[in-house]
Amino acid sequence: MAEEYRLEMIGVSKSFPGVKALDKINLKVRPGTVHALMGENGAGKSTLMKCLFGIYKMDEGNVLIDGKDVSIANPDEALGKGLAMVHQELQPVPARSIAENMYLGRYPLIKIGPLKIVDHKTMNQEAEKWLKDVKMSFNPRAKLGTLSIGQMQSVEIAKAVSQNARLVILDEPTSSLTDNEVEALFRIIRELKSRGVSMIYISHKMAEIRQIADDITIMRDGTYVGSWKVKDISDDEIVKQMVGRELSNVYPPKEDYRTDETVLKVSHVSSIHARSFRDCSFELKKGEILGFGGLVGAQRTELMEAIFGMRHIASGEIEILGKKVTIKRPQDAINDSVGMITEDRRGTGIIGCLSIADNTAIASYRNYTKAGTINSKKVGQVVKDSIAKLSIKTPNDRTLIQSLSGGNQQKVIIARWLANNPDILIMDEPTRGIDVGAKYEIYQIMIDLVKQGKSIIMISSEMPELIGMSNRIIVMCNGHITGELEDDEATQEKIMAFATKFDLNDKVTENFTQEVKS
Amino acid sequence: MTSKKVDAKDLPMQTNKVNVKDFLINNGIIVVLIMLAIFTAIKQPSFGSFDNLKNIALNVAPRFIIACGVSGCLITRGTDLSAGRMVGLSACIAGTLLQKPGYSGKFFPNLPDFGIWWVFAVLLICIAVCAIFGLINGMVVSFLQVPAFIGTLGMQLIVYGVCLVYTNATPIGGYRPAYTEVAKGRLFGVIPYLFLIALAIGLVIWFVYNKTPHGKYMYAIGGNEQAAEVSGVNTKKTKIIIYVTAAALYALGGFLVGAKSGGSSVNMGMGWELEAIAACTIGGVSVNGGIGKVSGVLIGVLVFEILKTCLQYLGVDTNYQYIAQGIVIVVAIALDIRKYIAKK
Repeated sequence: MAEEYRLEMIGVSKSFPGVKALDKINLKVRPGTVHALMGENGAGKSTLMKCLFGIYKMDEGNVLIDGKDVSIANPDEALGKGLAMVHQELQPVPARSIAENMYLGRYPLIKIGPLKIVDHKTMNQEAEKWLKDVKMSFNPRAKLGTLSIGQMQSVEIAKAVSQNARLVILDEPTSSLTDNEVEALFRIIRELKSRGVSMIYISHKMAEIRQIADDITIMRDGTYVGSWKVKDISDDEIVKQMVGRELSNVYPPKEDYRTDETVLKVSHVSSIHARSFRDCSFELKKGEILGFGGLVGAQRTELMEAIFGMRHIASGEIEILGKKVTIKRPQDAINDSVGMITEDRRGTGIIGCLSIADNTAIASYRNYTKAGTINSKKVGQVVKDSIAKLSIKTPNDRTLIQSLSGGNQQKVIIARWLANNPDILIMDEPTRGIDVGAKYEIYQIMIDLVKQGKSIIMISSEMPELIGMSNRIIVMCNGHITGELEDDEATQEKIMAFATKFDLNDKVTENFTQEVKS
Repeated sequence: MTSKKVDAKDLPMQTNKVNVKDFLINNGIIVVLIMLAIFTAIKQPSFGSFDNLKNIALNVAPRFIIACGVSGCLITRGTDLSAGRMVGLSACIAGTLLQKPGYSGKFFPNLPDFGIWWVFAVLLICIAVCAIFGLINGMVVSFLQVPAFIGTLGMQLIVYGVCLVYTNATPIGGYRPAYTEVAKGRLFGVIPYLFLIALAIGLVIWFVYNKTPHGKYMYAIGGNEQAAEVSGVNTKKTKIIIYVTAAALYALGGFLVGAKSGGSSVNMGMGWELEAIAACTIGGVSVNGGIGKVSGVLIGVLVFEILKTCLQYLGVDTNYQYIAQGIVIVVAIALDIRKYIAKK
């Protein structure tokens, strides 16, 4: 009997300090099929794939390829066993040719005495052959950078095939592709399928799964939910399986401090980039916590960063407190009484080599400066008050911020904005990477702020957090605002339905959304 | 995730006990050079003489002013390779405008004999000219986003060319006593003006770095430019001010160096930017940005000047002195980088 499965992962578990990231996951991929792997953000899909490729060492579990037990220590070994991955974020060298990218690190060589030189002729011929094999007719000598993202992805797939991969993992391959490119990608996938290559297809897009996948495995919070044949499971069943978890009570009691006053009005705002946010309109009321939900890549961060002046807007209007404003850089937004806690704490939040005090005061110096001189006493007092208010655990405020834990660093960033005291505070994933205790404290601070008449926009990819904290939830998908839910009507299923509402003209998703709504 | 853990573990170690290895990594160059100075003083007792120490102090004064300028660029993760040539240009401009009335080789033979205030006016002219070049540096770095290394390298050549065109490569001498008096004079016949000027500049720069928003913004930009911008810091404006201030300080430095040596040529100030960068690094200004103190800059300049004097006193061939200085620069920066590698 021919082996039943190309790849079997059985009972895979992986723990990180304090978190069980994977708990006895099973994944079985049949030869010549496309196997969809689905789950929310943070369900553990990427971790599972990293375990497969030996980037993480799994704590327990077995991996079988073609029925044989294997152990894989690093991505190189995985490749040797016929596994290849096309990454979500491609990592090509755009300034070099297509062929050079395909053969990076394994150039065919000619030996001339002690010298080894790259055999460009063979390399280009081979590359052309493999590209033709997946029905692509690029000149292998062309610079990779001249291709579109979709075409680069095809090159990556050709590269995988050229390495004799029998199992290719596609991690959200269509997240930055146009419809035509998706079609082209699917053609390649079908071609590979017909030749017996198996694929694991990670995606959130229901319609695509229907179109291309044979089997589906669903994960939730690091646990294995189940596997089905795609034709045996309905779309809303998939959504239910993905989010079906209990809401645990880790949020402060919710109160509604909303007033009728609109503090922020965003009208038809679009990005300068075609594939980013489009035509987004919403209002924020005084005293409101407005949640923004959606999947990774829904462009929520991009929209908020644009409102804060970190990105450019091509069209649309922003009104703050009834006044039309032009925000070209963060400084302008701050002058209009907007503050922002960014998603990337290390990249755009903390200033590592400076003290807690300096990190707290950096956004407020101009408020405490007279005749060009900082009033150190006042600044010191404001810093002290903020640190006390947020119960930041630190020996003193001269401590460098980089020596604090993630939760305390985040509190310092919040302290920075408490010191600046804006009317509107945008918080992008405010509790990411923070332990439960600190999370609760941050929620409490948010509620204190709205009680004082401030308004908060909170982006969160954790649905329980969205539901637990927001007075109102706006859901985005693929750059559009696809839905809005009042506090009392918000459920994980409804948010997920809006978050996966990809193509507004697509019948499948439209019907499915209505079904869930009713 | 893991790096955070290690940081937290490292911290108590650094604060609780003085780690000899850490201390040597942090201050190694200074320790070695102090030992070199002691060795020199034993071998050549005249090294420790008042005259020699005074000489070192007078040499340090203009170099400290120049290093103060460079330090701002370094703290914001930039650099300024045009510093030395601006020093030269300033010295040449000052020289051509401040020659003795009766001097035969006057650059501007018809320049009238202005009063004593003309010396100050010329200083302002030097500062204004250099500030224009500094402004261009700042705009190239912040608006065009050219790496400071490249942008100021270009400026180095441009300023040198301007200086050549202006002086026609002729050496300038025969200065008015009022000009040389700036460098040679003493307050109450005791404290050299040069020393007082450097002290005043040091205090002003210390104030700017520690007590003004501009200074705070400068450190923030060096620490994390994106985060500074998100916090409302006008990073472009701040950087431009830094490069303009730096150029003004080079101009002052050049003006003083010209007065001190009583003559100037286009080669004046050549390589001084590297000396200044090295001095800053020895004094703890991090090439990774965000860290640096005025007191450190002073120590760095002192140490570097002592190194040069030691080598002279020990009778090391001038040619070999360059090799020694080069090694010190590389070692200083390698040690600086070590501080950050060790933290990971």
